Amino acid sequence: MQGLRAEQVLIADWITEGSRVLDLGCGDGQLLAALQAQKGVTGYGIEIDPDNIVSCIKRGVNVIHSDLDAGLSEFDANSFDFVIMTQTIQAMRFPHRLIDEMLRIGRESIVTFPNMGHWKCRLQFLHGKMPVTRHLPNTWYDTANIHMCTLSDFEDLCAEKHLQVLERAPVDSQHRAVPGMRLWPNLLAEIAVYRIKRRG
Amino acid sequence: MPVSFPMPEAKHADSVGLVFPQVRHFDEPLTLDCGVTLPSYELCFETYGELNAARDNAVLICHALSGDAHAAGYHDEENSKPGWWDNCIGPGKPIDTDRFFVVCSNNLGGCGGSSGPLSLKPGSDKRYGPDFPIVTVHDWVASQARLADELGITQWAAAMGGSLGAMQVLQWSIDFPARVRHALVIAAAPRLSTQNIAFNEVARQAIRSDPDFHEGHYVEHGVMPERGLRLARMVGHITYLSDDVLHAKFGRELRDGKINFNFGVEFQIESYLRYQGEAFVSRFDANTYLLMTKSLDYFDPAAEFGDSLTAALAGCQARFLVVSFSSDWRFSPKRSREIVRALLDNDLDVSYVDIESELGHDSFLLPIPQYHKLLRAYFDRIATSA
Repeated sequence: MQGLRAEQVLIADWITEGSRVLDLGCGDGQLLAALQAQKGVTGYGIEIDPDNIVSCIKRGVNVIHSDLDAGLSEFDANSFDFVIMTQTIQAMRFPHRLIDEMLRIGRESIVTFPNMGHWKCRLQFLHGKMPVTRHLPNTWYDTANIHMCTLSDFEDLCAEKHLQVLERAPVDSQHRAVPGMRLWPNLLAEIAVYRIKRRG
Repeated sequence: MPVSFPMPEAKHADSVGLVFPQVRHFDEPLTLDCGVTLPSYELCFETYGELNAARDNAVLICHALSGDAHAAGYHDEENSKPGWWDNCIGPGKPIDTDRFFVVCSNNLGGCGGSSGPLSLKPGSDKRYGPDFPIVTVHDWVASQARLADELGITQWAAAMGGSLGAMQVLQWSIDFPARVRHALVIAAAPRLSTQNIAFNEVARQAIRSDPDFHEGHYVEHGVMPERGLRLARMVGHITYLSDDVLHAKFGRELRDGKINFNFGVEFQIESYLRYQGEAFVSRFDANTYLLMTKSLDYFDPAAEFGDSLTAALAGCQARFLVVSFSSDWRFSPKRSREIVRALLDNDLDVSYVDIESELGHDSFLLPIPQYHKLLRAYFDRIATSA
């Protein structure tokens, strides 16, 4: 998977050949374009930024201009194999409702988010500050990230919603699993990548 | 087909230049939705660019309510009013005539050179006038398909239109799924709302109640229902623009700077509407206006499929680009999303974009940067993935 961000390579590995994919907040369409070309997937991206939408069009990616906070009622239940959302959930007004929507529409969902439990964040909290890191470069008063969580928080939500975590990839900023990651994922992961589905 | 050549002036460098309308006569009878059979008919059309050897670079442009075949370029060097979509069609423009062969025809029932109320009845020296049968969007597609046959175009690389033209594009992709590779549906609705029909009826009544209408036989009486047509256009024009843009353009500005306590033109908006009405009367036929608003009202592809737009679009093969404009209240973004939803239900290839614009329904004709950037990207993709 050339030209993809490391996180996207990870996701692409999880996507099965020829599946139907909905990519929420698909950005410039790079992931979908790669999945179309290399895994024969079909589907759509959803994006709100006009310039990103034009980039998707240039890549030949189907893109629907939409505000995720307004819901996904245009999509029928179980109409996709995978619903993906990369680094977007923390900017949503109601992340928990969106996860419900994702798993209504898709058989499985793949969610990635920056981990607020990373030791660098915790250190800044210890100093009485809201964390500002390479992955979270914005100040508290000027950020789209209004619903930050940790791996542990996310898994609590999954438990509460009776969702099954099929796969979890806690990775560092280079999307590697650094030594100790297995033991202390919530401390060492900068990015969390989850594959989830409804139980039963 | 040497139908266009560049104008000498540098200001027209990105124009298709001088263009000439052509007329094609069709002798094979055409039975219309209303049950009437036209024994023969003519379509007036213009083309820009060259059809390539593979005949796969043809783009069909469908005009809106008051449009005609003159989409781009100029008819003469003196009177240099360009075609109605000239900002979009030409060398290096979003629809690049260096790459695409563009065809635009005047719809049946029109007054821009195709058979319509102003035409003579076949084998007679009398004009059709009000006797021209009511045509539907479906009829237009059927008549245009024969033009495509004549031009040797089995499949359009793209069919594109705004407003009523977009409905025609939708109808094309339903009626001839294999003949439309890309469908660009801009500022459209899957059918008119009650409010839309209401506005059309006001326009029709304005025309029909004009004492000069003479039940549609005004030409024989040597008059035109000008007052009615002017009013119809004024009402229409209000719906094409947003409240915001009217306010920004005219506000409550008074022409004389003060209130005169009479019924003359006082507010600038009044002067603007009268000007629009006047300009329209000089170029449009009242009977055609009645016909066109009727075909708008009747358009409803879902009706034949148990009111399911999803079912109506199930057979489509085109890839779709649906575009709406944020301040369009005549065919609002919500209406475009109904089309998108039905396409999604069918797992068809579709992209949808709502362009931020203050300019209302008319936006689709205007060179809004984000809009043209999108069209350019889409047509680039069509050209390179053909």
